[in-house]
Amino acid sequence: MTVPPGDEMPIASNDDVVRVRQLVRSAAAAVGLSLVDQTKIVTAASELARNTYAHGGGGTMRVERATGERGRPGVRVVFTDDGPGIADVDQALSEGWTSGTGLGLGLSGARRLSDEFSLRSEVGKGTTVTVAKWLR
Amino acid sequence: MEPVPILKIGDVLLVSIQVDLQDQTVMALQEDLAERVVGTGARGVIIDITAVDIVDSFIGRMFATIAAMSRLMDAETVVVGMRPAVAITLVELGLSLGGVRTALDLEEGMRLLNAGPPGAGSTMAGGL
Repeated sequence: MTVPPGDEMPIASNDDVVRVRQLVRSAAAAVGLSLVDQTKIVTAASELARNTYAHGGGGTMRVERATGERGRPGVRVVFTDDGPGIADVDQALSEGWTSGTGLGLGLSGARRLSDEFSLRSEVGKGTTVTVAKWLR
Repeated sequence: MEPVPILKIGDVLLVSIQVDLQDQTVMALQEDLAERVVGTGARGVIIDITAVDIVDSFIGRMFATIAAMSRLMDAETVVVGMRPAVAITLVELGLSLGGVRTALDLEEGMRLLNAGPPGAGSTMAGGL
């Protein structure tokens, strides 16, 4: 299966979180997502980029056009890091932002804002989080 | 990165967020504001986010911190100019700005500040 052309960038600094937002914004706009849906997926990406930088020790982001179920076009954004991984995924996904760890709202919030969300993590190896938003 | 300018209108301090804020800028803004509130005896802080298209939990925490800090120094904080798409996203994100008051625009924000702090019936959620 060929990978559709997309944009990949490293997340190594604070500036990169801003760049992530810009890239995801233009991809979402290009696909024709409504302003509200653009805002949601960009906000989700911002949360995940921040996690990748702050907890994953840095990593990469890839954004691409994709097609969801029922053939709807949209964007898919993948965050990868080789960081410490998440020991208890269920706990991380259920945390609110008052927990203080900083990870909490980022993950659960990103999931709420996206149409699709998947997370793969292995302690000591790293984490991959994928979110997608489809045209209504 | 340039520090965020803080304007003084009577006894209210106005901060207008125009650009994507980096971590250091946020820390600097929080400290600058704290010093200015104390230094001017300001009774209100207005954060204008008319130009802000994305509010994530990081920025939300900044609002909450500024509001909590200001309250400790007897000043109320109001966030104005929130875009509809941002408001909708914040609700879905689950970010409760429970202790941070909002108003439609600068004028309404000033009106809110003149009306005084929230009544006894309101609660402050968590650290917000």
